[in-house]
This record gives sequence, structure tokens and C-alpha cells, in this order.
Amino acid sequence: MASIPALPRKYHGASVWALYTLGFIPAVSAFYLGATGQLPGNAIKEFEHLLGIWALRFLIATLCITPIRDLLGVNWIRYRRALGLLAFWYVVMHFATYMILDKYLDFASIVTDIARRPFITIGMAGLVMLIPLALTSNNWSIRKLGPRWIRLHKLVYVIAAAGALHFAMSVKVVGPEQMIYIALVAALLVWRLLRSRFNQRRRERARPNFGAAR
Amino acid sequence: AADLTASPSSFRVDEPLTPEKDVTNYNNFYEFGMGKGDPAANSGDFKPSPWTIKVDGMVAKPKEFGLDELMAMPLEERTYRMRCVEAWSMVVPWIGFPLASLIDKVEPLGSAKYVAFETVVRPEQMPGQSGYFQPLPWPYVEGLRLDEARHPLTILSVGLYGKTLPNQNGAPVRLVVPWKYGFKGIKSIVKITLTDKQPPTTWNLSAPNEYGFYANVNPAVDHPRWSQATENRIGEGGFFGGSRRNTLPFNGYAEEVASLYAGMDLAANF
Repeated sequence: MASIPALPRKYHGASVWALYTLGFIPAVSAFYLGATGQLPGNAIKEFEHLLGIWALRFLIATLCITPIRDLLGVNWIRYRRALGLLAFWYVVMHFATYMILDKYLDFASIVTDIARRPFITIGMAGLVMLIPLALTSNNWSIRKLGPRWIRLHKLVYVIAAAGALHFAMSVKVVGPEQMIYIALVAALLVWRLLRSRFNQRRRERARPNFGAAR
Repeated sequence: AADLTASPSSFRVDEPLTPEKDVTNYNNFYEFGMGKGDPAANSGDFKPSPWTIKVDGMVAKPKEFGLDELMAMPLEERTYRMRCVEAWSMVVPWIGFPLASLIDKVEPLGSAKYVAFETVVRPEQMPGQSGYFQPLPWPYVEGLRLDEARHPLTILSVGLYGKTLPNQNGAPVRLVVPWKYGFKGIKSIVKITLTDKQPPTTWNLSAPNEYGFYANVNPAVDHPRWSQATENRIGEGGFFGGSRRNTLPFNGYAEEVASLYAGMDLAANF
């Protein structure tokens, strides 16, 4: 298999910062267009929707790091924290837009929405679950929590499922776009169930059947 | 869209018009796709002429009306609020004529209680009606009670902003019922049937708990997934235009139409 050329080590740090910068471009450009009256139609809804979609995209990208390593042998784990945090910030911006621009900080109505409308309840649950992950995304927490960190961060599977479900339940008709996101999240979660068997079989095949390799 | 002249009418809302580019580029017309911009982008191949509307059912004189006959009706310009069930709204200068004047021509029988409407099915011209995924069963169908259909506010529209209807707005002829949610305003109508039974309606069939037969604009009855208390006026520029406003009972037409529903539980008959 032709492998993707590895990025020289000295650029690793810079490439992560480039990802953060690129990652915020959709939000910043849409905010500028919306604030200056250049988003067509229902500007607030367009912006809210864009932030939600990008949150889901970054969540999915976060979940892609492992299968990319398993299947293509490319290790992009250095980008995973940035992708996860981008997802977190997009969810925060999505919720802030809903609260401030859409609902005018009408807290009674916001609480009613969260309590009574299942798709909003599920979305809110996703945001709440993202908070501990964002708070423990630093190196200190990883060291401090050890194996518990890995267990805690498996919450991202639930969060991604909540995100895809929230999107599908928010629309009048579940169409191809929502189905694609549901299918992607489902495939990425199913991969977690299969990968240990897949990796083991590949290791066995790579090794000669008899005689210890190394 | 060709220029169209119409006499002014007293039916006009005293609110700024929604810009024409928003009225013609922000549409729900799933026959052309589910995105708000899809109808404008995908309706170029649609042929709104020649056209006929068949009016039949419980009438003494069933008849097919050609487009020329419809355009020869006494056309008025009426500025109505348009409130979508998705909690956004517009103010649109429609051109059209009262539905009642068309119904009168076919002489409804005393047994007729409802009016059923049907949209054209043309998968070759309407991309949303073909392919693996179709969001709704076709044809799109809608209905009104006969008294609602004959109400002076109810019009068949053949134009807006001084021109014939653009394809994305339901060319060549569509229903406009300003006190009801926009989905009642069935587009590109080919058939109108008078009947004694409440006719099925597309969105009600699709999600009966979300979209009722009546679909009267009502700030007190929420959609299960969102509040209907307020609405976002389209085209009022940007995030900070203060464009969220309170939704009015019957979309502001309560004085004219509330009596049609006297004694009815509007939360049950939503």
C-alpha cells in the first residue's frame, strides 16, 4: 500500500495550530456574513445549523483517527485533541447561538425546550457530556487520570450518537444528509467493536506461522 | 415570470414587504428538493404552461379551467403575512383572486363540506419527485373546510411582486390561506375536488402529531419540537435586526376568521 508521506517532526506542533485556525474558519466567516446581513433567508437559523453541522463533522473526524491508524497505518493522533476541542467549541457556539440569537435569552422557554422536546434534550445531553471531556483534554489530566482517562473519554461514542440523533430528530423529514451522518457515526462505532479482532488477525498474518518473530 | 397587472385591494398588511429575493429564494417546495434554496435552484425545467385545473366532485358543473381563464379572473394585489409552521414569516404581495369565485362557477352541491386540492406530479420536471429518496408521497394533497375555502381572505394566487408566479413559489397557480401555516398553501394545483369528507393532507399523513388538518396559526399551541409563540421575519437583515416577533392568533387575521372556529377546541383541532 502506498503510504501517505509522513510530516517531518518539526512541523507537528505547527500543523496542530494550523488545524485549530482552519477549524474556526467556518464559524468566523459565517458569523461575519450573518452579523453584516449577508446570510440569505433566516440568518440566525442558518448560522445555528452551520455550527451544529460542523460540531458533528469534528466529532466524526475525532472518531476517524483510530480507524485511519488501523486501516491505513497513518498515525494522526496528534490531531485528535484539536478535533475534539473544535467539536466542543462548535457545540458551545451552537448552543450560545440558540440561547442568545434565537431565543433572546428567554430562559423559561429554553428550559421548556430542553425538558419537553426530546431532540433538544438529547442535544443538551451531548453538550453536558462534552464538558468533562474538554476539561480533561490537557496533558496533566491524562497523566493524573491514567486508565480512567481512557474510560472517561469513551463517552465520545455516546456523544457522537447523540449528535447524529439530535440532527435527524430536528428536521421535518429525515433525508439523505441526516442518514449519511447516522451511517458514518454507526460505522465508526461498529469499528470499535471489530477492531481488536481485525488488528489481531492482521498481526497474525504479518507474522510467520511458526518460529517466534523477534 | 412575466409582468402581471392587478387592481389594488384593501387587503394589505401595514408592515414592510419581505424583499422579493427572499420571497423567491427561501422556499419550502419539496417537489424541487428539501433545502430552502432548492426550489429556486432546481425548478428551471418546470413548465407552468400550458396548464389546467380540474374542478370536480360534489358540484353541479364540473369543469376544467385553462390557464387563460384563471388569468382572466379579476386579479387583485393582496399583501398578506405568511407564517411558516417552522416559526418564520414573510410579508408577500400576492396577486390572485378569491377561491370562492372559482368555486361558485362549478356550483357546489349542498352535500359538499370540504375542498380537496392536489399538486401536479411530474418527476421529469420536479427532481424531488424522482430518485431513491423522496421525502413525501406524491401528489402533495391539501384540504380546507368549504367555509374556509369560501372565506374572502382565501385566494388562488397566480403572481407576486407584480409578476406571474415564479416556479419555486408554486407556478402557475397556488393556494394562499393567510391565517394558516404555510404548508396549507398548496402549490402548482392541478385538481380541486369538493367532497363531504375531510380530505387527507400530506403533512398530516406524514406526522399526524405535528401537523393537523386545520393548521391555524396559533401561538398558544406549540409544535411538538418547537414553540410557536414567536417567529423570525425573513429578510430583515442579519443577527441583530430584532426580527423575532410575537406570533399573532390566526396570524393577525383573528377578527376576520375566528368566528369560523367558534366552540372548537383549537388545541385538539390544531
